Amino acid sequence: MAVSADHIREKLIKELEAVHVDVEDTSPERCAASFKVLVVSAQFEGKSLLQRHRMVNMCLAEELKAIHAFEQKTLTPEHWDKMKQQDIHISDMQPYFVFRNL
Amino acid sequence: MLSCEFHSYRTQLVRVRPVCLSRPDKTSQKNTMNSLIRSTARCIRSGAAVSFLRPADGLVRAASARFLCAAADLQKDLGEMVKKDKVVVFIKGTPAQPMCGFSNAVVQILRMHGVDQYASYNVLEDQELREGVKVFSNWPTIPQVYFNGEFVGGCDILLQMHQNGDLVDELKKLGIRSALLDAEKESK
Repeated sequence: MAVSADHIREKLIKELEAVHVDVEDTSPERCAASFKVLVVSAQFEGKSLLQRHRMVNMCLAEELKAIHAFEQKTLTPEHWDKMKQQDIHISDMQPYFVFRNL
Repeated sequence: MLSCEFHSYRTQLVRVRPVCLSRPDKTSQKNTMNSLIRSTARCIRSGAAVSFLRPADGLVRAASARFLCAAADLQKDLGEMVKKDKVVVFIKGTPAQPMCGFSNAVVQILRMHGVDQYASYNVLEDQELREGVKVFSNWPTIPQVYFNGEFVGGCDILLQMHQNGDLVDELKKLGIRSALLDAEKESK
């Protein structure tokens, strides 16, 4: 069964009580199942970056077995509100593009 | 002639070290092991004297046990590999030629901070390493970054640490002065 963006979104909302989830299917750029997710959840409060990412990894453990590349951004609701005020969208968050021209 | 071959097995086997995946000549070690087993099998099939059979059989058993233990050995090797150097990365490709955008990002970030002494392991060269490091770190993707034997994260985390200034502090804890501190000084 191929992993779908909707499936990932639902799982993240359900298991991490996420108040906001963006899932972008980046597979077309990579010739293999790839996703970029933004997860906003109060469960991330007080947790280090690594702990947050591990929470997401655990939530999507089954799906990740079939996914080739995976990017994630994990925010607390407070941080997310600040970013919304600055009108930043997940498609602006493309870390590796920053280094493409180096 | 057969007795000479048997003698050479014993000497060769003593010299063969456990499979160590960080060494570039792992393939040649595996080939040595494989050719040992094939020669042993040939020896047995050719009706060698009974006195050869038991020791030869022992050699073959030791070799298969070795292969079964390979996965466990890898986990043990990884434990040592991540501690041997202050900064250790598992990437696709090499620092000179990364083969993936995320691995490239890790290499570029380290370069920007002036970190040029680090251990880098190319998972594309070794499928067992590629899968084994994911098990070892309990992390599903490559690249993977270790500081002082401790797992830091992947590209996303390293980038965020770079952007929020944490990376400069973490490098300081390792006794590495980030080049960006000097760049800042110069611009003032």
